[in-house]
Amino acid sequence: MNSAARLLVATFVLGAVTACSGSSVEGELLVSAAASLTDAFAGMESAFEDANPDFDVVLNLGSSSALREQILEGAPADVFASANSSNMDQVAEAGEISGEAKIFATNSLQIAVPTGNPAEVTSLEDFAREELLIGLCAEDVPCGDLGRQALAKAGVIPSIDTNEPDVRALLTKIEAGELDAGITYVTDVLSASGSVEGLEIPVEMNIVAEYPIATLAGAPNPDAAVVWVEFVLSEKGQAILTSYGFRSP
Amino acid sequence: MKADGSLGQRTRRPPVLLVVLGSIGLAMFVVPFVGLLARVPWSDLPAVLASDVVTDALRLSMVTSLMATAIAVVVGIPLAWMMARLDFRGRPLVRGLVTLPLVLPPVVGGAALLFALGRRGLVGESLEQATGLLLPFSTWGVVVANTFVAMPFLVITVEGALRNLDQRYEGAAASLGASRWTVLRRVTLPMIGPSLVAGLVLTWARAFGEFGATITFAGNLQGRTQTLPLAVFVALESDRDTAVALSLVMVVVSLAVLVGLRERWWKAL
Repeated sequence: MNSAARLLVATFVLGAVTACSGSSVEGELLVSAAASLTDAFAGMESAFEDANPDFDVVLNLGSSSALREQILEGAPADVFASANSSNMDQVAEAGEISGEAKIFATNSLQIAVPTGNPAEVTSLEDFAREELLIGLCAEDVPCGDLGRQALAKAGVIPSIDTNEPDVRALLTKIEAGELDAGITYVTDVLSASGSVEGLEIPVEMNIVAEYPIATLAGAPNPDAAVVWVEFVLSEKGQAILTSYGFRSP
Repeated sequence: MKADGSLGQRTRRPPVLLVVLGSIGLAMFVVPFVGLLARVPWSDLPAVLASDVVTDALRLSMVTSLMATAIAVVVGIPLAWMMARLDFRGRPLVRGLVTLPLVLPPVVGGAALLFALGRRGLVGESLEQATGLLLPFSTWGVVVANTFVAMPFLVITVEGALRNLDQRYEGAAASLGASRWTVLRRVTLPMIGPSLVAGLVLTWARAFGEFGATITFAGNLQGRTQTLPLAVFVALESDRDTAVALSLVMVVVSLAVLVGLRERWWKAL
């Protein structure tokens, strides 16, 4: 037990020394990012780690609302990238971000259908067809909120069969052909190209999603958090995002 | 005498280390519930509990978990009997397969169900063509997900009980002229009774709390597939009070059933 205690003390001291060792950015960086950023941020991560070999970026992906709750409940994270402003605003109001949130990307909606479009969906109108299996994101998830806004603009009352917890879960069920149609982001359709087809939603009904990013007040690795946010906003970061279908703000 | 005395003393004074470690273990269970209770919006509770999200979810959870338990009885007990009594090659493999849902993350189970029983699934496609029954996004899908995840508890406990049962009692009853049915009803079932009840309770409890396989296979729609755990999950991100109230319902119902059954049935164990 003595040696175990000594080991514990040694670990703490070592931890303190590393923590005090100044501004060199290294170590682990915990990025909580919206599920729709899954592929883009994975691409961003490998580019970033290539440039900064001492870094280990850990992506915590989920619906923005789930991530918001995690942050508000005190789960450690360095950076929060949300798929809409309302979740970011709530985190900001709670005093959990340091500095200001910046919009780093925009995204728009598309109708996603399985390859071959077996149910012959053509527009948002089809979401009212009861014989189809229709999925949306849950109401409080950004893609669900935006999707409902688009349907409301189109004057369609959808016949929903499932409210999926995040956009990736919705996409998976469309890919599997279990759902006939759903509303996802353009970027999700692009990432699943081959197993999913995207149908344009006319501009007058479409909603542009703005993605804000911020470093967090309780960041265990604040220096690294700043560097990551700068990287996302940089030309190189924006180029990566664009390659995944996002648009620069 | 001396030896007896020291033995008695040892039992009077429990080993401190064990008690400390055990208390830490207990705290692992108690602390989260205290955390939950501290968040309960007591004054709004009646209104929140009366909302249709909560009543729909509670009703659906009750119905689907009980149906899953019933299905487990009908097909799980015969399976347990096969595993305990029939000598066939590949029995270890069967036992492994039956235990698999206990080990697998439920999400994986849900995905497997989707690939097998979805409308483009291996079996699901012909099932829909033959019967028009579509499991995903239906209440039946919830029942199937619940059964898949929970039935192993019944099969494993009953199989263990059947294997430990002295078959000479059944043999004696049969030699005295009892029919197979009478032997099953009057000898086998009463002898494995406590294990059977324990297995049923565990099965129901697991089905009642099922989340991962359900949301993956059956989706999430209020009144049709949104069970209590799914409602908690969705509400956590939007309406904390409802989420906490729903969690409280789950804790109270589960605890009431487990404690109640323990009083009445588990004493035999």
